[in-house]
Amino acid sequence: MTEPEQANHAHAFLLPDQLDALIERLREQGYRTVGPRVVDGAIVYRDVERADELPHGYIDTQDGGRYRLVRDEDAGAFDHVVGPDSLKRFVFPSCDTVLRADLQDGSWTMTPAGLPDEPVAVIGVRGCDLQALAVTDRVFLEGPYVDPLYEARRRNMFLVAVNCRRAAATCFCHSMNTGPAAGGGFDLALSELADGFVVESGSAAGDELIATAGWPAPDTARLEQARAQTAQLEAEMHARDGVVRDDGAMSRQRSLDTEGIHDLLLGRLSHARWEDIGDRCLACSNCTMVCPTCFCSSVEEVSDLAGEHVTRERSWASCFTAEHSYMNSGTVRKSIASRYRQWLTHKLASWHDQFGMSGCTGCGRCITWCPVGIDLTEEVAAIRD
Amino acid sequence: MAAKPKLAVFKFASCDGCQLSLLDAEDELLAVAGAVEIAYFLEARTQTVDGPYDVGIVEGSVTTEHDRQRIRDVRRQCKYLVSIGACATAGGIQALRNWAAVDEFISHVYARPDYISTLATSTPIAEHVTVDFELRGCPINKYQLVELIASLLKGRKPRVPEYSVCVECKRRGTVCVAVAQGVACLGPVTQAGCGAICPSYNRECFGCYGPKEQPNPTSLAAHYAEAGSDKMHLVRLLRNFNAHAPAFRDASDLVESGAASGDATEAP
Ligand code: SF4
Ligand code: SF4
Ligand code: SF4
Repeated sequence: MTEPEQANHAHAFLLPDQLDALIERLREQGYRTVGPRVVDGAIVYRDVERADELPHGYIDTQDGGRYRLVRDEDAGAFDHVVGPDSLKRFVFPSCDTVLRADLQDGSWTMTPAGLPDEPVAVIGVRGCDLQALAVTDRVFLEGPYVDPLYEARRRNMFLVAVNCRRAAATCFCHSMNTGPAAGGGFDLALSELADGFVVESGSAAGDELIATAGWPAPDTARLEQARAQTAQLEAEMHARDGVVRDDGAMSRQRSLDTEGIHDLLLGRLSHARWEDIGDRCLACSNCTMVCPTCFCSSVEEVSDLAGEHVTRERSWASCFTAEHSYMNSGTVRKSIASRYRQWLTHKLASWHDQFGMSGCTGCGRCITWCPVGIDLTEEVAAIRD
Repeated sequence: MAAKPKLAVFKFASCDGCQLSLLDAEDELLAVAGAVEIAYFLEARTQTVDGPYDVGIVEGSVTTEHDRQRIRDVRRQCKYLVSIGACATAGGIQALRNWAAVDEFISHVYARPDYISTLATSTPIAEHVTVDFELRGCPINKYQLVELIASLLKGRKPRVPEYSVCVECKRRGTVCVAVAQGVACLGPVTQAGCGAICPSYNRECFGCYGPKEQPNPTSLAAHYAEAGSDKMHLVRLLRNFNAHAPAFRDASDLVESGAASGDATEAP
């Protein structure tokens, strides 16, 4: 797990084929290695044992409700951006057993779930997702109650970040100050160059890995090039005002004006746009499932027929379902419009009151994976007007 | 404990697949048989015990005058009445007749049409009598059925979610076929319960579990139409096993009439 920022972390330079050595080192240290892989037409996190399993030569084009992988001969291993998976799956799995209860000889035995102890190294994490982890850390670790399952998984993580040199049209990390550079919270961060990878350590564990591997330090030119390419992308993102055509489809390049957004949204709870969104929104919950910071869960008792063996299961839940706001008098947020409003105002406004930070990292997943392409940047702009 | 609750299983117009789900729950069946008296279940045993019953499970839709009378009688005999499967909860695939001239079907299918006595429609059980709980699916999920029986035995609410198939799809980490492949998938308007099987095999959801709570099929259909789906393809997708379920029925009529197309995904 990553420690607080320290000065003077190690740097290294890896040749393209030395990515395998990095994976190998992590595996030797006992980590399960996970990274981006092409599965069923998208790039998702799966186990990775060799560098050639990474999505070399693929980019992802993304728009509201639309995701396509495109072959691009010039693309490296990490020129795709974020897919439907995020780190959430590894620190807060979609279904988790938290307790078992067994009835024997007339008395109950309660057995809490054992703490997970598998160390996981995730390769290819982006700036936005490091920020998402900072958000879920705030929720699960830094409040009055610490979630032991989250904590156990989180402490056992090794994060290999990537500084983006390409963004999708749905990315708006530049607006949220979370990317495209990996800002911190990683153990190692890679910058992919034409002839290899500049590696920057961000933790003692990262320093140690570089030291024991004996990788050389990058020369100044490469170090400079690594910084420059991400800085150039960031500048381009700030200058955005157009559309891109990567695979024949037009896609508006997103940005989000966050100026005064807290008071703006909470001050316009009766704006006509909410009802308009309610007409389009399916209340299908996809946005909340893919959002790396959405942390709601429901806890249910699952019993066998005799009621003698019961497990307490925690699974991802969503504020878009009727049951989420169900109380003894019924569902409080009855309309779909009210559920979308709850979600968006929490994410971008009341999250600040609750956690002292934004609930949105600008990753764009909720835009891409919404089946009807509802786009929060567009909705906020409409509410601002 | 008093006498075991009496369970009865009744069949109306259906394929028997849902009843088979109960027989298919091999691991749980012995426990079920131990916990309830299986008083009437022709698919499982020829011996029957007369009503009244504590729990009546009804499979199938109402398609004949005889069914219409019989379901009233069944209701009178059962303390709790539960309808299971798309036929019993929405009229089933046979509800496609609700859009067609039944006499024409009969004259094409049967050698002696005059032997056939049928209603012009196929309708769910709840259109005829009060139903205490509906278990969706074509076929139902055996784990949901066991859960339902367990909950009735304990007098608690069954754990049967009404949210979308997408929730199950995302929980299991399946890549969305609608977004990544542009395939018209009914998952966002369909109730969970199957575990999102079809998307996990790279196929779209066909809506076996019927409309989810507060579904918005017109928005979904308008979006798919705009993204290039053929109108009649969408009508047929909505008119499947749950064609007569009001949300799917009305949306399919709207799409067919052309009223659901348009700019629902565009910002005004
Ligand atoms: S709200 Fe959307 S853009 Fe923001 S973090 Fe969640 S998924 Fe990403
Ligand atoms: S905003 Fe999109 S993904 Fe989210 S619930 Fe509505 S339709 Fe589903
Ligand atoms: S594949 Fe279908 S069920 Fe799964 S998330 Fe996409 S739209 Fe929903």
